Amino acid sequence: MHVPDGFLDLPTSAATGAVAVAGVALALRGARRELDDRTAPMAGLVATFVFAAQMITFPVGAGTSGHLMGGALAAILVGPWTGVLCVSVVLGVQALLMADGGITALGTNITLLALVGVVVGWLVFRALVLVLPKRDAVIPPVAFAAAFVSVPAAAAVFTGLYAVGGTAPVSIGAVLTAMLGVHVLIGIGEGVITALVVASVLKARPDLVYGARHLRPVPTVEEVSA
Amino acid sequence: MGAGHGHRLHYHGHSVVHRAQAHHKVLALLGFMLVVVATPVTWYAVFAAYAVILLGVVAASRVPFGYLAKRMLIEVPFVVFAVLMPFVATGPRIQVLGLSLSEAGLIAAGGFLIKASLGVLGALTLAATTEVPDLLAGLQRLRIPAEMVAIASFMVRYLDVVTAEMSRMFTAMRSRGSDPRSPRHWPAMARTLGALFIRSYERGERVHLAMLSRGYTGRL
Repeated sequence: MHVPDGFLDLPTSAATGAVAVAGVALALRGARRELDDRTAPMAGLVATFVFAAQMITFPVGAGTSGHLMGGALAAILVGPWTGVLCVSVVLGVQALLMADGGITALGTNITLLALVGVVVGWLVFRALVLVLPKRDAVIPPVAFAAAFVSVPAAAAVFTGLYAVGGTAPVSIGAVLTAMLGVHVLIGIGEGVITALVVASVLKARPDLVYGARHLRPVPTVEEVSA
Repeated sequence: MGAGHGHRLHYHGHSVVHRAQAHHKVLALLGFMLVVVATPVTWYAVFAAYAVILLGVVAASRVPFGYLAKRMLIEVPFVVFAVLMPFVATGPRIQVLGLSLSEAGLIAAGGFLIKASLGVLGALTLAATTEVPDLLAGLQRLRIPAEMVAIASFMVRYLDVVTAEMSRMFTAMRSRGSDPRSPRHWPAMARTLGALFIRSYERGERVHLAMLSRGYTGRL
């Protein structure tokens, strides 16, 4: 579920739009390092995958369901910069072709799901990977933690935006409690699925997991061209 | 695979709205929605005028209103949120049908619903009347970075391929007695998703190699 039009006021929407433009511009520069001239087709296919993964919903109680955000998953699988680009493109296509998420809220959605979701997920992932033993077995639990933290983090930032530019007089403490409560549950689902997906890719094609690259020897020229 | 022409929301036609330049339509929608969002929530007459303008565009597009109305169901989660707003909002309360509701919450919920509905209907109209290649060309004309447009074009080009692949994998799971939606079967579902990632990534590599062999130099 993405933020629709009219949920946040105009100045807040414009400010998050500026943040989103700056974030995507940075990610474009970074992604060229991750993917070189393969950027367009690779990131495009990964964006398609993120879109498909977002179709997966899971129950969070009281008859409501959450869906996978996929930010931390994308960051761990293809790297943070490419991850930001993929999730941003998914949100843009959803807003323009599927009426999912308001067009004036696109900056807000990119800021929350692409920037906060991916960056928080990646930072948690890297921090834990650096202090834990350098083994494949630690990657899935670390992926769980990264995905789990990224969801309530995005919810907390959303609540902050709502405190600044919300359109209804709601006590911010109540919003924060409700948002965090629901999103901790969604975060558990996000974390479990992210960890299981990363574990399965790590088993079948360990070379494709960007977040586990430091565990592999750098491939030689012969291996790359083989 | 029933991909066919156009994307899922597209409604084939040759009206004025269909023929309008895509970048004009995107700018018009963005400008319209910025004005809508900036309008104070209690200016109901002004919102009625916005609705008349938007419905005029829908009528001019000759897309049946029922076609768009059915697809406005995407809004339902926000309706639920809006319904809750008067219960949780602060400020003076009024009695409606025996329920104690926040007056400010009611006004805010009404305004939010009006704005969100205008946004969804406007975006649906854009999607129904614009083909994907035109939209992508329009985005490029709006100075969206070429790489972002290229990524988006690959995404929409392979969207049906990858989602159809996922639905075939889930059909295979169901025929073996597991339910992809149930947390009990998450391990199987996640392996499926992992396989889908590998297939998507490898498809991207093959597409890239095919492009290189046709003279791709990093620019489309």
